[in-house]
Amino acid sequence: MSETKYKPGDAVKVRASFPPGHVRTPHFIRGCDGVVTQYVGSYPNPEELAYGRDGLPEKPLYRVMFSQADVWPNYDGPSKDTMVVDIYEHWLEQNQ
Amino acid sequence: MSHDDHDHNHGHDHGPHPYQPDIEDAPYTERMVMTQAVAELIVEKGIVSADEMRAQIELMDTREPALGAKLVARTWLDPEFKARVLADVKTAAAELDIDIGDIPIQAIENTEDVHNVVVCTLCSCYPRLLIGLPPDWYKSRAYRSRTVKEPRKVLEDFGTSIPENVEVRVHDSTADLRYVVLPSRPAGTDDWDEERLAELVTRDSMIGVSLAKSPDHT
Amino acid sequence: MTIRRHHDMGGLDAGTVEQTEHDYAMWEKRVDAIVKVLSTPERKILSTDELRRGIEELGPGVYDNLNYYERWISSATNLLLEKGVITVDELGAKMADVEARWQREREQTS
Repeated sequence: MSETKYKPGDAVKVRASFPPGHVRTPHFIRGCDGVVTQYVGSYPNPEELAYGRDGLPEKPLYRVMFSQADVWPNYDGPSKDTMVVDIYEHWLEQNQ
Repeated sequence: MSHDDHDHNHGHDHGPHPYQPDIEDAPYTERMVMTQAVAELIVEKGIVSADEMRAQIELMDTREPALGAKLVARTWLDPEFKARVLADVKTAAAELDIDIGDIPIQAIENTEDVHNVVVCTLCSCYPRLLIGLPPDWYKSRAYRSRTVKEPRKVLEDFGTSIPENVEVRVHDSTADLRYVVLPSRPAGTDDWDEERLAELVTRDSMIGVSLAKSPDHT
Repeated sequence: MTIRRHHDMGGLDAGTVEQTEHDYAMWEKRVDAIVKVLSTPERKILSTDELRRGIEELGPGVYDNLNYYERWISSATNLLLEKGVITVDELGAKMADVEARWQREREQTS
């Protein structure tokens, strides 16, 4: 059972890193600020599994919620609209 | 081998690929040949049996939106079942003899305040073992590109209008979980039984691009 | 400067969602079966992650010009060759065999 760095309610930022490779953090969410809503388990790292490696140790996976207005500069909708993305721990940084 | 003489067009736009008829009706493509070749080779080499291949195809044939619809209808009638579904779809689905397999599915509930819609921008992840194979449009460039940034407009494309005072929440299923939306129970269905209610639950309402059907539309 | 890989399309502009559907053809169901049976926990010959990575590596032109199942079988076949599960020769011979067979069937029924 891996330890988790974040818990629901934590303010986090998605790392603004843009490597090639099999990355499951969508481009559009990188660099955005959100809040962890749920820890949904730990899984082997898909970035490693993609090359036939075992992806261990498992990485914690979180559901992170973002305000759409924070993600899209010209979001055309109510300010209450949100987006939830499943993001691995190593793609998150703590926000104050 | 010439692959110029098959007569369906590969569009250079990003729209969905046109329907490809089965080989009995029309020319086959290079990749149909490749598929058949690989399927035969893996059986010939003893890697898998023909029976297992057949069983896998039949398994997916049994998975269809009606399974999810049954689950949703029961959540409308039984609040404790709904709580179990929200906690753990696999265990709750097993009560209905539905085995969703190893990939976890999470149920997300539409309420008066929140309307949920699901997309997989990176590929086309979908809760297949509960509601069957996804429609072409779910896998299309347009759906995968636009749903995250203009969900209300995409919903309008499907004829669905969500009031401004209701939050639209988009879920991008990027990792090992799949998501199924539990649509809200339509009004005017007070004494309906589970079977009748299930008919109102469409595949599109479990993706989130539509609401469940209302009684006047059946 | 940021790299956006071709498959990573969330947030890009696109036209109307065309609500097309089609009944899955047998060959498409076969692709689905191939990737599933080869990636069972017992077998682990291919993984979904490798298959996805293989699709992402097809490159923009190929990615757009192939349909969904064409992409999956392309990725699966490339991986099987890479891993030596099948050889180029075996595949070439079998593909020629399949095509010859289908050609004969078409001639017989037409």
